[in-house]
Amino acid sequence: MATTTRLTHDEKINKLNKVIDKYRGQGRKVLMQLLQEAQAVYGYLPLEVQRMVADALDLSVAEVYGVITFYSFFSLNPKGDNQISVCMGTACYVKGAQAVLDKVISELGIQVGECTQDGRFSIHACRCVGACGLAPVMMINENVYGRLTPDQIPEILAKYKEA
Amino acid sequence: MDKVNVTIDGIKIEVPAKYTILEAARSAGVKIPTLCYLKGINEIGACRVCLVEVVGGRSLSAACVTPVTEGMVVQTQTPRVRNTRRSTLEMILSDHNRDCLACIRNGNCELQTLSETYGIREISFEGTKSPSQYDDVSASIVRDSSKCIACGRCVAACQKQGISVLSFINRGFETAIGPAYDISMADAPCIYCGQCIIACPVGALHEKEDDERVWNAIMDPKKHVVVQVAPAVRAALGECFGLPIGTRVTGKMFAALRRLGFDKIYDTNFGADLTIMEEGTELLNRIKTGGKLPMITSCSPGWIRFAEFYYPDFLDNLSTCKSPHQMEGAIIKSYYAEKKGIDPKDIFVVSIMPCTSKKTEADRDEMFNPSLGVRDVDAVLTTREISRMIKQAGIDFNHLPDEGPDQDLIGEYTGAAVIFGATGGVMEAALRTVADILGEQDLPAIEYQAVRGVESLIKEAEIEIGEHKIRVAVAHSTAAARKLLDDIRDGSAPEYHFIEIMGCSGGCVCGGGQPQIDAQTLMDIDLRTARAQALYEEDVIMPERKSHKNADVEKLYQEFLEQPNSHKAHALLHTHYQRREIYPDSVLQSNDTE
Ligand code: SF4
Ligand code: SF4
Ligand code: SF4
Ligand code: FES
Repeated sequence: MATTTRLTHDEKINKLNKVIDKYRGQGRKVLMQLLQEAQAVYGYLPLEVQRMVADALDLSVAEVYGVITFYSFFSLNPKGDNQISVCMGTACYVKGAQAVLDKVISELGIQVGECTQDGRFSIHACRCVGACGLAPVMMINENVYGRLTPDQIPEILAKYKEA
Repeated sequence: MDKVNVTIDGIKIEVPAKYTILEAARSAGVKIPTLCYLKGINEIGACRVCLVEVVGGRSLSAACVTPVTEGMVVQTQTPRVRNTRRSTLEMILSDHNRDCLACIRNGNCELQTLSETYGIREISFEGTKSPSQYDDVSASIVRDSSKCIACGRCVAACQKQGISVLSFINRGFETAIGPAYDISMADAPCIYCGQCIIACPVGALHEKEDDERVWNAIMDPKKHVVVQVAPAVRAALGECFGLPIGTRVTGKMFAALRRLGFDKIYDTNFGADLTIMEEGTELLNRIKTGGKLPMITSCSPGWIRFAEFYYPDFLDNLSTCKSPHQMEGAIIKSYYAEKKGIDPKDIFVVSIMPCTSKKTEADRDEMFNPSLGVRDVDAVLTTREISRMIKQAGIDFNHLPDEGPDQDLIGEYTGAAVIFGATGGVMEAALRTVADILGEQDLPAIEYQAVRGVESLIKEAEIEIGEHKIRVAVAHSTAAARKLLDDIRDGSAPEYHFIEIMGCSGGCVCGGGQPQIDAQTLMDIDLRTARAQALYEEDVIMPERKSHKNADVEKLYQEFLEQPNSHKAHALLHTHYQRREIYPDSVLQSNDTE
């Protein structure tokens, strides 16, 4: 739904190199900025990107990884065109969110934090989304689905598969 | 120096203005507990164990990071301080795998000592434990995160090494300490220097223990077990038995090894003298034939791994010499075996080392002798491990008589070898020999003060021998190596002939296999100097202080190796290196979805 024109890996790396060159040699103080721009260009921050960033700023990969995992807006894994979050807040959890999540996982064949091969879906861990009245709740992109049961999942996902 | 007046628990004292409350209190004889603090390494005020009350301040202050000010009045024993301190400790303990009895740090743990001192009897908030990882895949280091209190001391120590393999990852309740992706230390670009182990106040990082294998070899009547012990061990082993830091325990150490039941006991110093013959000759050849310069020493396996990971463009600069204990192992399995008529396959060589990286070194493919079908060295024990074996054997270390190594074949050593354990020592030993050879005389001046000491992490000297000028540099710690090599790369350093690099600051006396000293004791001393002094003391009392005067080494060449750098010497005593990749994609196969 979001970006339909996909850049090839090489194109993304090219753009990334431009971003990185801008900051090369400036050290830890520009790490956050560089990571934000790198994620904007590349979509997420896999090991390959971390190595390039570490190298450019004279940091270790572990230092870069530490910062990425500290801030939740950085992502180690690719995000799908459709981002699915199943709320695991207390209210949803009590009303069976785990079974809903399990169903999403088995339908798509990926784990939380992962993205499907075709790039269409990714699943994200998620805290309370503030829709406790509708528990259990799932969001796909901006759309909220409430009072879910596992058997509704295939039908909902199907809509996004076609698009 | 600017001074200020402060009052601590009613004691008035004048201290330097740059002091923290913690340092001022120590001067006043008031002990404030610490946990995350490690002088000069980790001063981040994270654990809150050191909180004190500053009169006039609203909240409690962390003594380890709060500077003193003129007229400051500090109280370390108010009910508020005591209660906070106790609940902080209880919080830390509630998420801690408290199996002290089965823990490697039992009896030498800063957390255990604090719980004991502050009389913790029960832990009121028994929370869920964070998920933990037990990683014992590498041959050198074990990481048990169930013991980790996230104090950050290891992170800072590794950063101080200029490596930063360890980092804080995730956050909140899921905060962990580890390499990127929390992969095994075996897959991380870690050099196994063990400085993180030395920094850790608890049992979360420790050496991979090999004592069981050594006990089994000793008990096996078919095995001829030969032990060798590195110079730096004698400068620190006494600490494990309560002796003052810097006590030289050479005599008791050999007596203890004999009582442990090793069949043959030698000093790695023999291997060190042999190293000087091989390395000195290699240097002179490189200078004469226009070989690759500067030549860099290769005794420190932490440094070798560092070069292989981070400076592979310098691998041709490394001396091809194996490290002294590997040389000695190779000679024991060949020359010694032949002379004694023992099948090398029946010999088990144990090296007692101040170093955790040596464990992985001994496991390298290059340290296997294919023609004999044996390894140079079969097991490496750290100073800490041998101290535990001595205790287990019921040996009363402090009352042992002084003994020496066995004397036959490879028993002799010189003062030049002993100082290998301190930064600058290998350089000094090499110069003593190279100067004599180049100058074709027996030079009386043998102490090269310029390369000694820890004041500076990089030391330089220019030595004139006849019409020759030799330019040398010495670097200790991999961070110092990084600086020196960067300067050489960009051409800002002078053209050196010879460089000594040791992976650990201070050299082997402060290696990752040495006894851990608690952070409070470390506030008052420089461990590197205190331990090195024990080695220089031994150098002075040795009848011979130049490696080429070692009669057993001379005989080894006459009867077996022919001459330094001979074909046979190359096969047994030299090695090669390999470029290593940092975080290749393969370390993540299961993680990466790209
Ligand atoms: S780390 Fe210290 S407190 Fe924890 S189990 Fe080991 S000895 Fe006990
Ligand atoms: S062994 Fe050395 S390089 Fe490895 S993590 Fe520890 S301090 Fe860092
Ligand atoms: S491993 Fe040890 S030094 Fe490192 S953070 Fe944990 S407790 Fe502290
Ligand atoms: S905060 Fe001072 S010792 Fe940890």
